[in-house]
Amino acid sequence: MNQTTTPAAGPTATTGSPAHTGSRGSRIVGLLAAGGAVALLVFALVLSPDDRIQGEAVRLMYLHVPAAIAMYVCVGLLGLGSAMWLRRKTPGWDVLAAASAEVGLVFTALTLVTGMLWGRPTWGVYWVWDARLTTTAMLAVLLAGYLALRRVPAAPESRSRRAAVAGLLVVVDLPLIHYSVNWWRTLHQDATISTTDVQIDGLMLFTLFLGMVVGLLVTVWLLIHRFRVAWLEEEVEAGGLDRALAERRAEAEVGA
Amino acid sequence: MLADARLIAGKDLRIERRARVATNQVAPFALLVLVLFAFALDPDRGILDRATAGLYWVAVLLSTVLAVQRSYALESTDGLPDALRLSGLDPAAVFLGKTAALALQLLVLEALLLAGVALLYTTELAGPALLAATCLAATLGLASAGSLYGVLAAGLRVRETLLPLLLLPVVAPVLIGATRAFEAALAGTPGEGWPWCGLLAIFAAIYVAFGMLAFGPLMEEL
Repeated sequence: MNQTTTPAAGPTATTGSPAHTGSRGSRIVGLLAAGGAVALLVFALVLSPDDRIQGEAVRLMYLHVPAAIAMYVCVGLLGLGSAMWLRRKTPGWDVLAAASAEVGLVFTALTLVTGMLWGRPTWGVYWVWDARLTTTAMLAVLLAGYLALRRVPAAPESRSRRAAVAGLLVVVDLPLIHYSVNWWRTLHQDATISTTDVQIDGLMLFTLFLGMVVGLLVTVWLLIHRFRVAWLEEEVEAGGLDRALAERRAEAEVGA
Repeated sequence: MLADARLIAGKDLRIERRARVATNQVAPFALLVLVLFAFALDPDRGILDRATAGLYWVAVLLSTVLAVQRSYALESTDGLPDALRLSGLDPAAVFLGKTAALALQLLVLEALLLAGVALLYTTELAGPALLAATCLAATLGLASAGSLYGVLAAGLRVRETLLPLLLLPVVAPVLIGATRAFEAALAGTPGEGWPWCGLLAIFAAIYVAFGMLAFGPLMEEL
């Protein structure tokens, strides 16, 4: 991807494309995230105590909660990017939405997996039709649908327009699903085990907080890179025809 | 705008009257789904009767996907997208028209399916007022969400496979709400069902409003 120097490569070529997705800023964030992750491992697995009721399973919380927060942040950014693209029609917002959806799906999957792993020892089963679990699973499907729509070959502007409406719809639909699923489940059974009134140990609270900070750093780092990859992909796509023409011309000259 | 909407709805219904795709393909498909459920769930153990509400709405949902695909297949041939764009019709009116035509066809289908479950699953259709209101509200939601996602997927080569993936999770609240309302009506406790009917109405209102706003930009992609 180093050779994106074609002068007439579309609207994005004038911005001066980077040769790779790393930069000083992203490296600093990456190092902080990596260092934080090591510290989190130490705190989560060694220093923090196990829970009186949940035992060792409580350690999953230090991954589960940050992943869930990252998931919400990404969905928020997806909505923001989609809405702003519809307003401004600048490619940056579309690329932001694409990157957020990708990273968001990863964190949604992580939230689901860690939640299920925690559910097995705590509830005895991997899956219960709990309101939050169901809503999160639906979010994963919605994001997968959004990304599938993005993958369909289409003209850039056309794809951005469809994706922006679909992205907004994900955000519009989420509260509807959450509300209906919540109501559906609470009609049938009481809310599942609540741990809110349990006193949280100071070290546990700190580890959880550290997890959130590290989770957000990782999110930002992933978003930066996915944003840049998507941006470069778009540029390659926009410059594709011109480059192919130039190559064919060069071949013709050599042949002559 | 309403005149434009009536024009589009009239066009779709006229095509259906002459081509009879919904009548000859979608409706038999819906009834087939009812029969498939009977094969899957032993009809002698009373599961069908107890699960009528859910099975009924799953059948409606699957048929909705087909009806939406048909509705937009109509628009995608022979330069019709350009004709529609150049017609000067208000995009919001086009959306309302497509939604209305779709809703009307779905309502007929639902009536047919109700007769189907009454006959095949020996379900006693209690609480007719709630059943009718639920059908109306749910259908409006399904038709508006279907129209919106239909146009979103229209014009893409993979629309047949993409549409169900996009549409079905979105209409999950309709499935939940309509099933609960039907269960309440069939169990003879319609009081519990009316709030769910309200949820369906809210869903429909949101999707009608969003569709009217979003259809303009999407019509260029037809």
